[in-house]
Amino acid sequence: MASGEASGPSPRSPREPEPRTPRLDKYSVLLPTYNERENLPLIVWLLVKSFSESGFNYEIIIIDDGSPDGTRDVAEQLEKIYGSDKILLRPREQKLGLGTAYIHGVKHATGNYIIIMDADLSHHPKFIPEFIRKQKEGNFDIVSGTRYKGNGGVYGWDLKRKIISRGANFITQILLRPGASDLTGSFRLYRKEVLQKLIEKCVSKGYVFQMEMIVRARQLNYTVGEVPISFVDRVYGESKLGGNEIVSFLKGLLTLFATT
Amino acid sequence: MTKLAQWLWGLALLGSTWAALTMGALGLELPSSCREVLWSLPAYLLVSAGCYALGTVGYRVATFHDCEDAARELQGQIQEARADLARRGMRF
Repeated sequence: MASGEASGPSPRSPREPEPRTPRLDKYSVLLPTYNERENLPLIVWLLVKSFSESGFNYEIIIIDDGSPDGTRDVAEQLEKIYGSDKILLRPREQKLGLGTAYIHGVKHATGNYIIIMDADLSHHPKFIPEFIRKQKEGNFDIVSGTRYKGNGGVYGWDLKRKIISRGANFITQILLRPGASDLTGSFRLYRKEVLQKLIEKCVSKGYVFQMEMIVRARQLNYTVGEVPISFVDRVYGESKLGGNEIVSFLKGLLTLFATT
Repeated sequence: MTKLAQWLWGLALLGSTWAALTMGALGLELPSSCREVLWSLPAYLLVSAGCYALGTVGYRVATFHDCEDAARELQGQIQEARADLARRGMRF
């Protein structure tokens, strides 16, 4: 847990109208979306709430890949409500990979730290201040949320899903010894230049992409801190874990095993 | 060195040590009870590794936190968020 208070001024001041920003650190949250019309306003609201309570300087970059459900329209409304200095819309015409969404987002990010998370409410912004404190505490290059340690956990998973998840994690730990407990999670904080370097190095897609980021980070001697998080499986929309995902996960795992 | 190469080296080292001992290539006169154990050692190791894996995964599945509180908190905040956003002129 990120319990030890980091050096520097304490950022906690829940009821101040204009919260102080400690140092000049700025956090850019990247939200890649595809058909997240229901979730986007909620996640943005939660992000704004979390950041205004903790007082850290932030911006939210929404990268919508041409969702047909009108996510873009919702994003524009949010930009009007919260201001175009806080909500940045950087849409793309069509659905491209997650990796390229991050490249696209980082290019437009003005913060020196990047936070990546899912926009489907499975990652709660309340953990972000803990990520930031953890980062400052150990001066880490990456802080990764973990479902597998401490108070971390999941909600909405049946036994089968838990077995697959724990089993896959166990095998991955044995084969890759990555030095982080949650490789397939995608709730993380990166130094901007570290994320850029890692994206450059990574070749895989989907779940494996997140895994490769941590494996490459270890190769490049970047430091990784961990914060336990609760993962609440999709409230709206379909959760995806089919046979295809498992096969591509195994392929990716073996590729990393043989090449790193 | 890749992780695969590390594993292959480790296995080759263990395997050749075992082979050398069981075939008596080192010229050691091991007592027969010792040799019997040695002969089936890889099978024992394999079985205990399997048991360890199953035990660990089983324990971790059983102790996997169910974040009921987090889900409830989120549901409450969703209502709050909808109300607040609607007040600010959001059309859902």
